[in-house]
Amino acid sequence: MNVTRLSKYGLVAPSIALIVSLTIFPVLYLLWISFLDWDLQRAGRQFIGLANYVHGLQDRRMWEALGHTLFIVVVAVAAELVLGLVLAEALAGPLPAKKVIIPFLILPVIMSPIVAGYGWRMLWDTQYGPINQLLGWLVGHPVTLVWLINSKTVYFSLIVTEVWQWTPFMFLVLLAGLVAISPEIHEAAAIDGAGRWQSFWHVTVPLIRPLMLIAVLIRALDVFKIFDTVFSLTFGGPGTFTETITLYVYLLGFRNFRLGYTAAMAVIVLILISLATTVLLRRLSDE
Amino acid sequence: MTTLPTAPPWTKRAAFVRRYALAYLVLAVAFVFFLFPIAWIFGMAVKQPAEYFSSPPVWIPRAPDLGHFRQLVLNRSINSLANSLVIAGSATVLALLVGCPAAYSMARFNTGGRNFAFWVLSQRMLPPIAIVFPVFLLFRIVGWVDTYQGLTLLYAAFNTPYVIWMMRGYFRDIPVEVEESALVDGASTLRVFWSISLPLAAAGLIATAVFTFIFSWNEFLFAVVLTRARVVTVPVAMSGYFGSQSSFWGEAGALSVIASAPVFVLSLLVQRYLTRGLTLGAVK
Repeated sequence: MNVTRLSKYGLVAPSIALIVSLTIFPVLYLLWISFLDWDLQRAGRQFIGLANYVHGLQDRRMWEALGHTLFIVVVAVAAELVLGLVLAEALAGPLPAKKVIIPFLILPVIMSPIVAGYGWRMLWDTQYGPINQLLGWLVGHPVTLVWLINSKTVYFSLIVTEVWQWTPFMFLVLLAGLVAISPEIHEAAAIDGAGRWQSFWHVTVPLIRPLMLIAVLIRALDVFKIFDTVFSLTFGGPGTFTETITLYVYLLGFRNFRLGYTAAMAVIVLILISLATTVLLRRLSDE
Repeated sequence: MTTLPTAPPWTKRAAFVRRYALAYLVLAVAFVFFLFPIAWIFGMAVKQPAEYFSSPPVWIPRAPDLGHFRQLVLNRSINSLANSLVIAGSATVLALLVGCPAAYSMARFNTGGRNFAFWVLSQRMLPPIAIVFPVFLLFRIVGWVDTYQGLTLLYAAFNTPYVIWMMRGYFRDIPVEVEESALVDGASTLRVFWSISLPLAAAGLIATAVFTFIFSWNEFLFAVVLTRARVVTVPVAMSGYFGSQSSFWGEAGALSVIASAPVFVLSLLVQRYLTRGLTLGAVK
């Protein structure tokens, strides 16, 4: 198609202007601040090169926050994958009423994570929450677990909440993969003597593996930035036991006002995320 | 070839029933697991404090009423609803306005090539904390903290890459011949974009608009950093009900209903595009 260069680039220009002014420019500004000794509680600022980074890499609280975050990523995404696969496999067949039920199963994904987080805070409540009540019925005596403060249960609560909200996403993606598999392939496997489980493991899983990988990468990248759920459920507590990397940078920047140091931390997060993003984009471009 | 798929051997009658029984069991468990929390949170809105602050909690409210919703109006929390509508709505319109032409140019004339498209997408994946921190400092200088334009522009900028990426896909789905015949008839590029391509991509456009709106509506980190009192959005208003000392569960429940109902309805409208919209087009 013939087109003038003016209209070709003119159509793109406004969007680039918006992205540059509110994404690229702020990131460059962030980079600049990260080289400064700038603390709102003290007057003045000066260039100190990489000192914030040197200091930052020795910050135990950052490494711990990174560890907490990675732990949640691995456990939550694995659980979402398994549960999503079970659900997709159950719903892949020609089940009556499927079309009516699926939109309801998806609702957690649509809900604002902060609203869901505060909602679950009421569910996990020791005295007034239904979870302890239900467990009490199961075991036959009152249960008084302090889910969100006890260090033995707090990660479980966080991860269940996260898994509740995002398993439907995994389910939706995998279902799309499963219904795309032609029944003839399963027939062929059955003729060759494969049972249902073998057919699932050796036929279905390899066929949807590329899709699984994309879904897992999307979720992992998202959970790595987890903030809302932790903010509303535990605020990083007890102590800093569940503090994630985004929450730590947030607290540094908006509670302590150590701007230069915060910026260096944010740049470190930016670099980690960019590396992971590259992997996802490479997968997307293979499609 | 039009052979009907024959059932594999394991779907003989007994196994067939077993498979369905199992499927329904999984479905029932999933239904309860995913919907009970929502029902509980929404139920909070119509319970009395004596019912939700009793141990064990009361499940079915004895005299459900809308008192907590009335409370939201009286204490002006409801203003956050208007703020969210204005900010998420304008951000969506703006992101579509700048994103669609760019997407069209990239889809049809391969502007910037493949790498440029991926670079655009990568902007959507930047960690929000690394954006909002410098943006907060910049907005402080120009006096945009706690203003409509501040949060709106940031949401628009952050979602424009999403709009470009998705719409590029939808435009590419349109057969190029349709547009070429219009060009032969002497229509200009802009004319073809506006009166042929855009209407043909209408369904994708609506789906993309809905997703952009939902992202902005649900967003918390940008909002909590960039609002103080005047333009507080619904998610930020929500956090106000959970102080360290006091908790207003009834009001929180009512606000949850207000926060969720609009996006639940919107999601039903775009059911068919849900997977594509949530997976950045990886699954069609």
